[in-house]
Amino acid sequence: MAGPASAVPARRRWNALWLALPGALFLLLLLVLPSLQLLSVSLTDSETGEFSLAAYERAFGARVYARIIGNTFAIAAQTTGLCLLLGYPLAYWLAGLPARRQRAATLLVLLPFWTSALVKNFAWLVLLGRTGIVAGAFQALGLGQPPDLLFNRPVVLFAMVHSLLPLAVVSMLPVMTGIDRGLLQAAGTLGAPRAAAFWRIHLPLSMPGVASAGLLVFIASLGYFITPALLGSPQETMMGQAIITQVQQMDNLVFAAALSALLIGAALLSCLLYDRVFGLSSVSGGAAAPRAAGSPLRRAGLGLAASLATLFGGLSEGLARLLGGHRFGWLLPAYAWAIVAVLVLPLLAMVPMAFTSASFLSFPPPGFGLRWFAEYFASPVWMSATLRSFGIGLATAVVTTALAALAAFGLARGAGRLSRPVFLMFMTPMIVPSIVVAVALFQLFARVGLVATDAGIMLGHTVHAMPIAFVILLATLKTHDWRLDQAAATLGADRRRTLLRVTLPLMRGGLVGALIFAFLSSFEELTVALFIGGGLRTTLPKQMWDDVILQVSPVLVAASVVVVVLVTALFLLAEFLRPARRGRAA
Amino acid sequence: MSAEPRAVGAAVMGRESPSKLSVRGIAKRYGAADALLPMDLDVWPGEFLTVLGPSGSGKTTLLQLVAGLIEPSAGSLFIDGEDRTHTPVHQRGIGVVFQNYALFPHLTVRENVLFPLQMRRVPAPELKRRAAEALGMVGLGALEDRFPRELSGGQQQRVALARCLVYQPALILMDEPLGALDRKLREAMQMEIKRLHRETGATIIFVTHDQEEALALSDRILLMNHGRIEQIGTPQHIYEHPASLFAADFIGLSNVIQGRIGAGGVLETPDGALPLPPEAPRLSSGATAALVVRPEHVSLRPATPECAALRGRIVESVYAGSEFRLLVTLGSGTTIVARRSPGQAPLAIGDEVVLDWDAAQGRLLPA
Ligand SMILES: Nc1ncnc2c1ncn2[C@@H]1O[C@H](COP(=O)(O)OP(=O)(O)O)[C@@H](O)[C@H]1O
Ligand SMILES: [Mg+2]
Repeated sequence: MAGPASAVPARRRWNALWLALPGALFLLLLLVLPSLQLLSVSLTDSETGEFSLAAYERAFGARVYARIIGNTFAIAAQTTGLCLLLGYPLAYWLAGLPARRQRAATLLVLLPFWTSALVKNFAWLVLLGRTGIVAGAFQALGLGQPPDLLFNRPVVLFAMVHSLLPLAVVSMLPVMTGIDRGLLQAAGTLGAPRAAAFWRIHLPLSMPGVASAGLLVFIASLGYFITPALLGSPQETMMGQAIITQVQQMDNLVFAAALSALLIGAALLSCLLYDRVFGLSSVSGGAAAPRAAGSPLRRAGLGLAASLATLFGGLSEGLARLLGGHRFGWLLPAYAWAIVAVLVLPLLAMVPMAFTSASFLSFPPPGFGLRWFAEYFASPVWMSATLRSFGIGLATAVVTTALAALAAFGLARGAGRLSRPVFLMFMTPMIVPSIVVAVALFQLFARVGLVATDAGIMLGHTVHAMPIAFVILLATLKTHDWRLDQAAATLGADRRRTLLRVTLPLMRGGLVGALIFAFLSSFEELTVALFIGGGLRTTLPKQMWDDVILQVSPVLVAASVVVVVLVTALFLLAEFLRPARRGRAA
Repeated sequence: MSAEPRAVGAAVMGRESPSKLSVRGIAKRYGAADALLPMDLDVWPGEFLTVLGPSGSGKTTLLQLVAGLIEPSAGSLFIDGEDRTHTPVHQRGIGVVFQNYALFPHLTVRENVLFPLQMRRVPAPELKRRAAEALGMVGLGALEDRFPRELSGGQQQRVALARCLVYQPALILMDEPLGALDRKLREAMQMEIKRLHRETGATIIFVTHDQEEALALSDRILLMNHGRIEQIGTPQHIYEHPASLFAADFIGLSNVIQGRIGAGGVLETPDGALPLPPEAPRLSSGATAALVVRPEHVSLRPATPECAALRGRIVESVYAGSEFRLLVTLGSGTTIVARRSPGQAPLAIGDEVVLDWDAAQGRLLPA
């Protein structure tokens, strides 16, 4: 019995990476293939279905579309540049705070991040409008007519930067937090003044974070349509708006597909560029790929950093000498708090506006009352939209978390050449503009009868929510100490009890976080809902969108406040349940 | 003790030579907590001073104050006689080697070593020569194009040393620089640092919590506890004349026997009256005190019934290569450690033994 031949049959060890299969297939079927399909549609003739480049000829030929394309790239590039410039000091400030205060201050940046762009842009529409806060200030000061703040390029840029700045900051923050501040001290002992240490050490080390922030912001702004539609003039029309018009009003899917293909092309190109310089895996805060010591790019970068160090070092020393050693230590915190204040302002301003007693929106409101909340809760249209959003959000949260948890577990425990592709696959929804995802799903669902169904919206939202749930769970699983499971086993717990008593309780924070953020991302998603829901299955954001396009009413603000309160509550819950071990080492 | 070669510090302690670093009443508070109580210290040119103490005793704080990485709450600091209390870090010209090395990860080995020279605007030809020289000194010339992450811990440590030596600072601070290395490598690096100290003639302040390291390297040891100086002196002096129970306990193994001063120059203990060392401080009769005896001074022999001396029973025997360490429990429960070479007649666990030592080898300390 105990002979070596009859020993326990060698169980074929299966690779845990297989667990990523369901999620990978899901994304393949609902993201990759539909996107490719969209590309092929864009190359056909809308009448005959034969191969044709007509759509592209029209996109680049017709002046109006050429201008829209130019607009889109210009606005996206400007937004990206501004987000990086304005976000860098804020992220730097956050990264330097002691752990507890950093967490609290980061909350104030994350809260607007998780509040939908629709709500934020809508708030600006009111605040900057004829009855808004600026106009009010002008009148109060007797300055007469306020300048026209709305419907121009600067306000579009302002609102887009406002929307995407938190994304830039949270993308840069992990890299900056990971930079050992001891290195800057070391630079000091080696003779580097503060400015030189910053430009020569901190800046190069933070570049991977800056680049991933730039990538994500650029791709997100490429597909933007809410801001130009609400706050821009026809001059600021972007490709996202054109795509919506083509699908919903012109019924011209081929042309919409061609515009989408251009967006995909631009997104892929930026990813490629990024990959060449930093390596894609650092999008998630992984270590940047090592760069050959002699690479020209690296030399150029270091040379630039050195020149900046000399320039700003000289400037700041000169200024300090001039001002008797004053070093503007207060400037960074003051700046950071000012930015944070602007970030949360529209969320806070919503609350008094919603309780207005007037029949129109203004800030500050003339009096207070509950009539608009009453109207919101009494309206069957608003209630059904809200309930639908809840239902779809819950379903999305469960499905997304299940798929993402399996994949994250597979990636954390399994190994092999496929790890990297699997990881990238789950991050893909982040690097495809969501308007493209929506159009791709629309043409797929149109053929299988999922358009105008709740299930269709839910599937689209699952694609959309996948990366955030995946990243949260992967981070949880990667920091999980698997020796604890082994310890439980040696103490006599079987697999099931190990899972229930040790593994799952330790991962509770991550699982709940994934559920909450998947729910939030669905609850506030507009693009997919706009295309897949059609006119029949209206979610809350879709209802808000319809309302804001038709007429701006205080009910909309009441709905927005409901959204903001819910988001805040869930967000704080996730934050509260997040494991606290991420403190900075002394 | 002044005759021994080690006592450089003690020898120069004579007034004529100005100190490299002198610290006057320097202190650091964080909120309500004292990280460092007001402290006076002089470090002599060319000295190797080790700062030794348990974790949290304020060693790093002292070093950070000297380097200028933190502002003192009180006191002042002179380097070569000049007040440097408020000089910014980058103008102090002190070399610092950090515990985790603090190598710049985005720069190659050579670029790391060039960094302090670039900050000093050293002209190009000299830059190259000096970097090559410094890397040669630590034997890393062949690896200069690697990134820090492509090096082993010991190699990274050498780069950190080269980066510090390259600008020839006259005062070098090292904060537990060998803490992350394994024992063998640590001992090799200790020899290396001693050699570099000899070759460069730099003044080195070296922080460690490892007493063996402190004994092996230093001209003088500064022993710290709870943010104050516990004792300062040559390794041999501290070992042989610990000023406190803490010092006796922290440096080398010590046996501590508590008791009261009795009449006639003895220490009354539950295990009997023990003779006091001849040069013991005068303590009034009845005062509590402790007698400290190093294990190598305790001799053991098998007990005979008529013997009236201190007796005990062997409870543990630990083989340590060159010797046995025997744990002997006295009647009162006090445990005494004794060393015994393997050549001596073997004693087994359970044996009754008599303990004995030359009274002059004991130290009496107030307890
Ligand atoms: N930045 C700080 N803030 C608050 N307390 C500190 C700080 N740095 C050190 N301390 C405290 O000062 C004391 C001395 O610390 P340190 O000098 O680092 O000790 P050592 O290096 O000997 O281990 C410790 O009690 C430590 O907790
Ligand atoms: Mg320390």
